Amino acid sequence: MIHGKPAGDLISPAENTWCPGCGNFSIEHMMKSALAELSESEGIGLEKFVLVGGIGCHGKLVDYLNVNSYYAIHGRAIPLATGIAVANPDLRVICFVGDGDTYAEGLGHLIFAAKRNADITVIVHDNRVYGLTTGQYTPTSPYGFKGRSTPGGITERPINPLELMLVSGATFISRGYTKRLKPLKETFKEAILHKGFSFVEILQICATYFNRTDCYNEQVYAVADEGLGTASFDQALAKSREWDYTSKTRIPLGTFYRREMPVFGEKFQEFSRREKRREEAVRDLLEGYR
Amino acid sequence: MRDYSVMIGGKAGEGINTAGLAIAGIFTHLGYHVYMYFDYPSLIRGGHNFAVVRAAEQKIGAHRDTDDILLALDQNCIDRHTGRIRDDTVIIHDTYRVVSAGGHPVDVNRILDEENAPAITRNSAILGAFCSAAGIGRDVLEDVFGKTVPEKYLDVNLRVAGRGGDAVDEVMRIEALNRPGLPVLTGNEVAGLGLVRGGLDTFVAYPMTPTSNLLHFLAGHADDLGVKVIHPENEIAVMLMALGLAYAGDRTAVCTSGGGFCLMTEGLSLAGMSETPVTIVLGQRPGPSTGVPTYTAQGDLHFALNAGQGEFPRFIVAPGDLEEMYAWSAGALSLSWKYQIPSIVLVDKTLAEGGYTFDIDAAGPIPQYETQLWDGTEPYRRYRDTESGISPLAFPPGSGAPVKANSYAHDEVGFTTEDAEGIAGMQEKVLRKAEGLRRDVESARAVEMAGKPDAGTAIVCWGSQKGACIEAAERFDARVVRPIILAPFPAEQWRSATAGADRVIAVENNATGQLARLLRQHGFPVDDLALKYDGRPFSVDELAGRLAEVIG
Ligand SMILES: Cc1ncc(C[n+]2csc(CCOP(=O)(O)OP(=O)(O)O)c2C)c(N)n1
Ligand code: SF4
Ligand SMILES: [Mg+2]
Repeated sequence: MIHGKPAGDLISPAENTWCPGCGNFSIEHMMKSALAELSESEGIGLEKFVLVGGIGCHGKLVDYLNVNSYYAIHGRAIPLATGIAVANPDLRVICFVGDGDTYAEGLGHLIFAAKRNADITVIVHDNRVYGLTTGQYTPTSPYGFKGRSTPGGITERPINPLELMLVSGATFISRGYTKRLKPLKETFKEAILHKGFSFVEILQICATYFNRTDCYNEQVYAVADEGLGTASFDQALAKSREWDYTSKTRIPLGTFYRREMPVFGEKFQEFSRREKRREEAVRDLLEGYR
Repeated sequence: MRDYSVMIGGKAGEGINTAGLAIAGIFTHLGYHVYMYFDYPSLIRGGHNFAVVRAAEQKIGAHRDTDDILLALDQNCIDRHTGRIRDDTVIIHDTYRVVSAGGHPVDVNRILDEENAPAITRNSAILGAFCSAAGIGRDVLEDVFGKTVPEKYLDVNLRVAGRGGDAVDEVMRIEALNRPGLPVLTGNEVAGLGLVRGGLDTFVAYPMTPTSNLLHFLAGHADDLGVKVIHPENEIAVMLMALGLAYAGDRTAVCTSGGGFCLMTEGLSLAGMSETPVTIVLGQRPGPSTGVPTYTAQGDLHFALNAGQGEFPRFIVAPGDLEEMYAWSAGALSLSWKYQIPSIVLVDKTLAEGGYTFDIDAAGPIPQYETQLWDGTEPYRRYRDTESGISPLAFPPGSGAPVKANSYAHDEVGFTTEDAEGIAGMQEKVLRKAEGLRRDVESARAVEMAGKPDAGTAIVCWGSQKGACIEAAERFDARVVRPIILAPFPAEQWRSATAGADRVIAVENNATGQLARLLRQHGFPVDDLALKYDGRPFSVDELAGRLAEVIG
C-alpha cells in the first residue's frame, strides 16, 4: 500500500462489488492508467492525487484505488474537494460523482464550483439511473423513463449537463463513454492537467438497471473527427445541444471547451507562505480598539 | 460604586450602533467597564433602534432597567421607553424630531445648516451634548472620534459635536476613574481573535445573524491575521469545505445560527464518522425557523448536543463573557484537533453582538492541547486502532501511504466495511476518544462559581446570562454556578460546585429550561425555573424581580 509503485499496485485490496458488465470498471481502469501515466510523464507523484467520492455505485471507486481519498456523502463531494484544493494547491483533486448524486442532490455545488473555477476535476458517472438505490430516475433519465419510483414514466425532460456547465462558467468540458476506453483515459489526463474546473460527463453503462449500450454504440461519434477547436463558447454550446438526452440524434464525445481563467483560492497562496504570529497579530489588532 | 446607564435611540439606518459604541468608547476612555446592549429589528431602514450603554467601576455583563441619561433622536425613543425614564433621567433630544420630551433640546437642524455639515453628522451633535451634560471634557470626545471617524470627516464631526456641546449645560458629572481604559469589543470579534489565537488557518461561513459579523470581522482583517476567509453558496457547502480543508491540514472554523446549523448537520455527522476536526461558532436566536432574526435566545442547547445521526463525541463550550470567549474559542479549536471531533462554541445574540470591555490579560492561560501527528515509523493507517482512540493524523502528500477518510463504517486503513466486528471495533475506538475528552474537560475550569460559595440557594445559568445572574444573585446572597463546558458534561465539577445547595434555580433565555433538562439527565436536581423567551436578555433588575418571586 505504498505509493510510487507501478500501476498494478494502484488497485486496492478492497473487494469489488460492482455488477458484471458495469461501466464503472472502465472508469476505474482508465483512471488508474491515467494516474500512472501522469506520474510517469508529468512527474506528478501518486501521493499528490486525492480522490473524493460521492455516494452511489460510482463512489466505490475511491475504495478500489490505492490513492488518497475522502469517501464523502451523497451530493457533497464537490465542496469538500474544493476545500482540499484550497488548503493545498499542490494536490490534484478528482471527484467521482453520480448523476443522482451531483445533478439532483448536489446540483448547486456543481454550478458554484464551475462558477468559481475551483481547481478540481469532476468525473460524473452518468448511468442515468440511481444504481445503488436500485433503479429510480435521475435528472438525466430520458423523457418517459419508467423507474421504480415512477412506474408510469417520467413527464419531466432531462437536463443537459454540458450546456449547464458551459453557461455556469466551467473552463474544461468534455464527454466520454465507458465503451470507448482510450479516449476516456486521454480525457482524464487532459482534465486533470487542466488548471481550473474540469468537468467530465461520462455515459456510463449500468448493466443492471439501464443498459443503453446498443443505443450509445449507434449514436456516439468523436467531436475531434470534425476537426473543430475547443476555444469557441458558441460552438461548444451548439455541440452540447446536439443531443438532448432523449432523442435518437448523434451524441458527440470528446472535449468541447477549454479556457484558461484564474482559479479559485489563488489569492490565498500568499497567506500559506506567511509566517504567522498568532498572539502578536491579536494584540496588534486590539491596539486599534483602544 | 459608580454605575451609569445611557440609552441612545432613533431610526434604523441612523448609526445608532456606532453612536452607542462611541458612548462606550467615551466611558472606556474614562476607565470604566462597559456593556452595550443593541436592540434592532430585522430591517435596514426605518423602525426603531436603540443601544443601552452601561458603565461601571466593576466588570459587568448586563443592562439595567432605567437610564441616567437618555439621548432621543426620535419620538419613539420617548414613547416606547417610558419605563426607562426616571424623574431624574437627563433627557437630551433633537429639537424637531422629538416633540414632547422635556429635558434638553438640541437644534440639530440648525447646527448642521450653519456648519454646512452632512446629515451623517447628526449623532455627533447629540454626542457633544451628552459629554457637555455629563461634564466630560471635549478632549475625550476628540480622542474617541480621532480613533473611529475617518480622517476626512473628523473635522466636521468635531465642529458639530462642539456646537451640540454648546447647546447644553453640565447637569451631572461622570468622573474619570484614572485608570487605563480597556477596549470594547463584541463577542463575534473576540471569537474571531480567539480562533486565530488557537491557530486558525481558514474560516468558512454563510451569513446569518447573529454571527455574520464574525464572518465580516475575519474577512476584514484577513490580511493582518493571515486567515483565508471563504463565503460559499450555502451552509452545506460551508461544512463540507471545512472538512476538505481539515483533511488537507488546515485548521478550520465556521459560524452560523440555528437554521444554517440545520443544513450543516449532515456534514457534522460526516465529521463524526470520518474523524475530521471542525469548530463551529453557533449563535442562537429565537426559533423555531426564521424566528426573530435579530433578537436573542438560548433555545438550541439540546439541538447542539444531539445534532447529526449516529453516535460520536463532540465538545461544546458556552462562554459567558469575552475573556472566556477568547480562551475557549482557541481551546475549542485545539480540542477538536486533539480528538478529531467537532467542537461547538455555543453563543447567542446577546454575547455575539453585545459590546463588552475586553481584558485579554484576564483571559488566563489559553487551553492548548496537542494534535497527534503520524510519526512516520509504520505505514500510515488513517484509523489506526489505539488505546486512546486517537489515530494520528497525516496529510497528503506527506503521508507515505494513502490517507483514506471515509463516511462509511471503515477499517483501520479507511476502506469501507460491513464486517460486524469491524463496525463495533471502530465505534468503540471513536467512543474511547470521549473518555480522554472527558478527563481533559474535568481538569479544565469547566464549571464556574460566583457569589456566596456555601449559600443554600444556587442560581444556575449558562452562556451570556452570567453577568445578569452574578449581579442579581448578590441581592439574595445566593451562589451562582455555571457550566462553561456543556459537552462532555463536567459532572464531577458540578457535583462539588453545587454541594450543600438545597435549592437550585435555573435562569435561562428559553421556554423549557434546557440547562435544567441537561442537569436532570445527569442526575442533578433543579427546583425552579426563571425563564425568559421574548427575544430579550434579562436585565439585572428584571432578573432580580423574577428571582424574588421564585425565592419568595
Ligand atoms: C442524503 C442522502 N439521501 C439519500 C441517500 C441514498 N442514496 C444512496 S445512493 C443514492 C443514489 C445514487 O444514484 P447516483 O448518484 O446516480 O449513483 P449510482 O449509484 O447510479 O452510481 C441515493 C439516493 C443517501 N445516501 N444520502
Ligand atoms: S447497479 Fe448499475 S451502476 Fe451499479 S454496479 Fe450494478 S451495473 Fe454498475
Ligand atoms: Mg447514477
